[in-house]
Amino acid sequence: MTHAQDDPCAHCEEMMQPYLDHILTEAERLEAESHLEECDWCRRRYRFEASLRVYVHQVVTEPMPLELKQKLAALRIPLN
Amino acid sequence: MAEASPDATRIATEARDRVRFEEEALALSDQVYRVARHLAGSKEEAEDLVQDTYARAFRSWRSFQPGTNLRAWLLRILTNLNIDRGRRSQRAPQIQALEANDYYLYDKLAESDGIPVEEERVVERLSQDDIVSALSAVPHDFRDVIVLVDIGDFSYQDAAHILDIPIGTVMSRLHRGRRILKRELADSVLEDAS
Repeated sequence: MTHAQDDPCAHCEEMMQPYLDHILTEAERLEAESHLEECDWCRRRYRFEASLRVYVHQVVTEPMPLELKQKLAALRIPLN
Repeated sequence: MAEASPDATRIATEARDRVRFEEEALALSDQVYRVARHLAGSKEEAEDLVQDTYARAFRSWRSFQPGTNLRAWLLRILTNLNIDRGRRSQRAPQIQALEANDYYLYDKLAESDGIPVEEERVVERLSQDDIVSALSAVPHDFRDVIVLVDIGDFSYQDAAHILDIPIGTVMSRLHRGRRILKRELADSVLEDAS
């Protein structure tokens, strides 16, 4: 697969992030979708990107240490 | 019964507002920590940063406008403290070298063992450690935006306000930052494989 400037897959790659962020114009969105409809190669990569976002969001969650929570509560300014 | 003096009423109202503010702020602490953990360089730094943020928030609670986004207000304090601590904004030299195209990571992962699998399963080749360390390798200016938007679920508008940068800068840093993150992830996978 070549990736020249006029390569539709290269163009589709450029549209991937804004597509998943829902910030393409209506015309651009339709353009991306019509390419994805016929291009399995790009479609796989879009699906992967969407899964990656969900995955990153999930795995970076680290519960706050309980001691920290207690320390924060202790910072409250006492009522006079 | 004698009516409370206007002063006593004012003090009571203020005390009530302050307690409410503190409770609302504390209820957000898990979410604040989640973002702080990846804005700061280490777990210890994140804990200090969150404590300093809450200490400052509790002192200056009057400057918070009720009805506005408290989580964004807390994060703005936190990012300012983070910068004050010597974490000056970087100009990110040679960033071009760090960036790869958007399909790069998938190509590397899918290539790594030749057996076609569902795209949704390909991400599972990345461990939690891979992701956390790749994220920490992304230069600060880019990482801040990824952490706020993709991990903290802040809008572009809120991220722009928190970081005090234009919304267009948020969008371009996010776009490039994700590419840098994917490049880092691809590198770590290639390292593991070699």
